[in-house]
Formats: sequence, structure tokens, C-alpha cells
Amino acid sequence: MNRIDPDAETIVLRGRCVVEGTAEGEALVTRQAISGWGGIDSRTGTIVEVRHELRGVSFAGKVLVFPGAKGSSGWSNAFHLTRSLGVAPAAMLFNDMSAKIALGAVVTRAPALTDFDRDPLSVIETGDWVRVDADQGIVEVRKKKATT
Amino acid sequence: MLDGRDGPAVQRAMDLLMRYGRALGAERLVQTNNVVASISATTPFMRDYAMRRGGMDGVFSEFSLDSDDTVEIPRVKTFTTHVQLGFDPHNAALMGVDEQTVQFYRKGEAYITGLGVQAANTCTPYQVGNIPTRGEHCAWMESSAVIYCNAVIGARTNTEGRESVGAAMLTGRIPYWGYHVDENRLGTHAVRVETTVESTADWGMLGYWIGDMVQDKVPVVEGLGPLPNLARLKHFGAAASSSGGVEMYHLVGVTPEANTREQAFGRNTPAQTLRYGEAERRQTWEKLNATGRSTAVDYVMLGCPHYTIEQIWEAARLLEGRRVSENTALWIFTPRAIKSLADRNGYTRIIEAAGGHLLTDSCSAMSRAAPKGTRVVALDSAKQAHYLPAILGVEAWFGSTADCIDAACTGQWRGGPR
Repeated sequence: MNRIDPDAETIVLRGRCVVEGTAEGEALVTRQAISGWGGIDSRTGTIVEVRHELRGVSFAGKVLVFPGAKGSSGWSNAFHLTRSLGVAPAAMLFNDMSAKIALGAVVTRAPALTDFDRDPLSVIETGDWVRVDADQGIVEVRKKKATT
Repeated sequence: MLDGRDGPAVQRAMDLLMRYGRALGAERLVQTNNVVASISATTPFMRDYAMRRGGMDGVFSEFSLDSDDTVEIPRVKTFTTHVQLGFDPHNAALMGVDEQTVQFYRKGEAYITGLGVQAANTCTPYQVGNIPTRGEHCAWMESSAVIYCNAVIGARTNTEGRESVGAAMLTGRIPYWGYHVDENRLGTHAVRVETTVESTADWGMLGYWIGDMVQDKVPVVEGLGPLPNLARLKHFGAAASSSGGVEMYHLVGVTPEANTREQAFGRNTPAQTLRYGEAERRQTWEKLNATGRSTAVDYVMLGCPHYTIEQIWEAARLLEGRRVSENTALWIFTPRAIKSLADRNGYTRIIEAAGGHLLTDSCSAMSRAAPKGTRVVALDSAKQAHYLPAILGVEAWFGSTADCIDAACTGQWRGGPR
């Protein structure tokens, strides 16, 4: 299961600070861009987009690792509401900068980073334990124990 | 402005723009006098929030300025047009909205117009008095309006959100980034159209396919047939911004920054050349109809993005002398200003005589409202077909306007790929 191996090596990524702050939590990783308005349920922090690989999964309290934002201009408001309702992600790590995601990350006020030295989508897997220090631009990843 | 000399609201606005600009990596802000914004509070959550936080100033402070405290909001500095709402206040009962919510909305509308914001309440501000000048720096919300503003009008905006436009209307500033900058507007991907693209549904499907293929890049489309009208470009852009995140495109020989292929690409070499033929068109039709199972249609919704007067005219002609099935409802959405024209032209009377409704200010995706018991919907908008199954949990059929009017009158979906 998602047990953290105390002997596992820590992988460190460096990126550019989008929103300051520090946080840690379990990673939730998707290779698909996320829609805000119409794509998430702000009351539960759950992805609802019909063909999304994370449909039905909540990002509340997770370190959300994703390519970027897509869809409606309601993106920032949909994520802003997740903060108001206590179901925001703990941190956001993403690759593709856009106005939607920059504003959305700012108003969600979760520590956020982009422009990494290594692609977080290939380094981080769902269930890994991730510490984010956005002020220093550092992400520490401890791999979950292999299930095999 | 950041030092508080212009008052606490402007200070909060400038603080947010600085945080947002740094997040983007923008070097500076640019002046704007054209904003498209959402300020309204039409959900019970917002109403309760306003009660706790000192009324609409409290809602504006939190959700339009990301301010921790409630500050007094002054009149706006910029020409600002309000986007669509969570319901149509003139047809609240039809949409299942209670009187208390309507009362609260009316207070909110008085607040919004009191700030100096135009209560156009539409996703298509360019239909009702907000047509920027080519090259004008804007701060617009609503992805379908943003793509129209950039690509068709040749003005400049990113897809802004509720908080950044709130800050823009109080300061007249927005980050100079993305589509405000010349080189970011140049084409990145070539698209060759090798099948007939003529009807509004055809344009919706082409947009939906392109968005899927290029995501948020800048497609340059060549090989087009008949010149598209406003409605077709409106559906094309809305679809491309829903399936992907397209905010800017070029149609060679049609849109203002693409007199030629060379102008559209500038110094860019196309990253990819995509072909849209009969097979791609067919796949797109199937994708948009993926949730359709039962052919018994409960609800036909037209007007995403808000219908033009030409589309209402078309719907009225298709409906004249027919009756909407007793098992089906027909709702058509348009801006208030265009409804008043439809009233005078007699189109509203034709639609209502047939048993349909012409509504304003909203749509079913925004309001989450559909006629009671709706399980199956028919739509002529690829954007609405993308969103409604997720938002309302319904089955959706996508087709031409004529297919949709036919479904409304027979209660049966009989549409096909062509």
C-alpha cells in the first residue's frame, strides 16, 4: 500500500516559486490537464470531468502534480472556493504556465512551483510523500514502498 | 496605488496584481480600459457568505480581490461588462430558483450597476456593445469571449479570472504577459481542412477537434470553404477553448492577423501540420455524442454561447407552425438586449406560441438548471455537449440546430453525422 519506506532515497527537484509557503502531503499525479469550473466539484475537491483519468478522486490535502490548467475562466474561482470550503490541495506542482493557473494558484494560496529542472510528472507518482518548500524552490520526494 | 493612497480597495487590487504578475513571471503591468467580469452572487453559498461578511462589499473583497478583510469598494475605473449569471432573474420560477435568491440577486444587480458595471449579463459581450479596437489591451473572463476577442477582433487578452478582473476594474491594470505580447500571438500549428465546414455544427466540431489536438497552442487554419458568420466563429472558438485551452487562432484570409499564412506564423515554423478530413469529423461527432443512449429527448437547450439575433431568427423559422412535444422542453438563451430585439421582431412570440422559451442572462451549464426530470438533452453547441453531461449527469446528443428543433417538436433524437 502507500507505506513510506524509511530507507527510501529522497529525490530533490528544483523549480521556480509561483506561490510562497511550505507544505507536505501525499502526491496525487495526473498527466491530464485539469478543468476548474465544470471540471471539479469545489465542495469536495473532487475531479468530475467525464473523460478525466482522475474522475471521482479528491485532491483535498494532497500535493497535486499535473501538467496545467484548461477550460473555463472560472478556474481561479473554482479553486478559490476549495480554499473557502477547506478542500484545497496542500500544494500545486505543474509544468505549463497560463493565466488561469497562475491566478488560480495565487488565490488558492497553496504553495506552488513550476519550471522544474526535472519533469515532476516522470519523477513523482501518486502516493509518494512530497515536501514542498516554495520559498526555496525545493521539492523533496520520498517514494512509496514498492508493492511487489 | 500599492501604497494605499487611493484607498484600501485599490491597495488590495494592486497587491493581488503584483502577486499574480510575479506568479506569471510578467515584467510589468499594462493599462486597460476594457474589462469583462463576473461579480454577481447567485448561489446560496455566496448569499450566506455576503450575510456573514458585510454584504456585497464582503463578496467583492474576498472573491474579486482575494482580500482577507472586507473593504469598501469604490466605483470602477474601467469600462466593464458583466458576464452571464447563475440564472435568468426574469424566469427564475421556470429555472427552479426560489424567490429569496431572486431578491438577493436584485440587490446585487443594483450594487453592480451602482459600481458602474454594465449589466449585459452575457458570455458574448461583443454582441452587445463591447467590441474593443484591434490591438486594445483588455482583461476578459469567459473563455469563449476571450478567444473571440483575440482571434476575431484582434484585441488582446488572456483568460482572466474573477479575482484578476476585479483588480483590473479598480486599477485599470493587468499583467503584460501571454497574448498581450506580439510574438505569443503568432501561429504554432498548421491545420489543413479537407472536408466541408459550413454549418454552425460543422464549425463547432472543427473547433472541438482542434482544441483536442493543439491544447493551448495557436492553430493556423487553411483550406476553408464558405466564409463563416459571427455565430459560426462563436461556436468554433467556444468549442476549441473547451476541449483544449485555445485562446488565439488564425483563419488564413479571414481573421485580422492572418491576411496570409506568412503573417499568421511570422518567424515561427509550424510544430505540426494536422489534417481535418471526413474521418476526423466523424470521430468528433462520435465523441460529442458519446453519452447519448436514449433517443427520447427531455430537453433541448440552444444558446451556448448566447444566441445571435440571426440564430433566433433561424430557430423561429424552423419552429413556425409547429409545436414543441409535450414530453420535451425548449429553452433558448440570448443576451437581454438581443431578446428585446427578438420581442420587437416577433420571434419571441413565435417561440412561445410553439411552447418554447426565450431566456436571458444564463444557460444550463452556469445555472445547473434544467427542466424537472431531465435525463436526455439535445444541443447544437459542442461546448455545452462537453460540459452538461459532467455538470448535470445527463445524456447529451449533439447535432445541427435543425436536428435540435426537430427533437424539440417530436421528442425524438433523429440527428446523424451529416
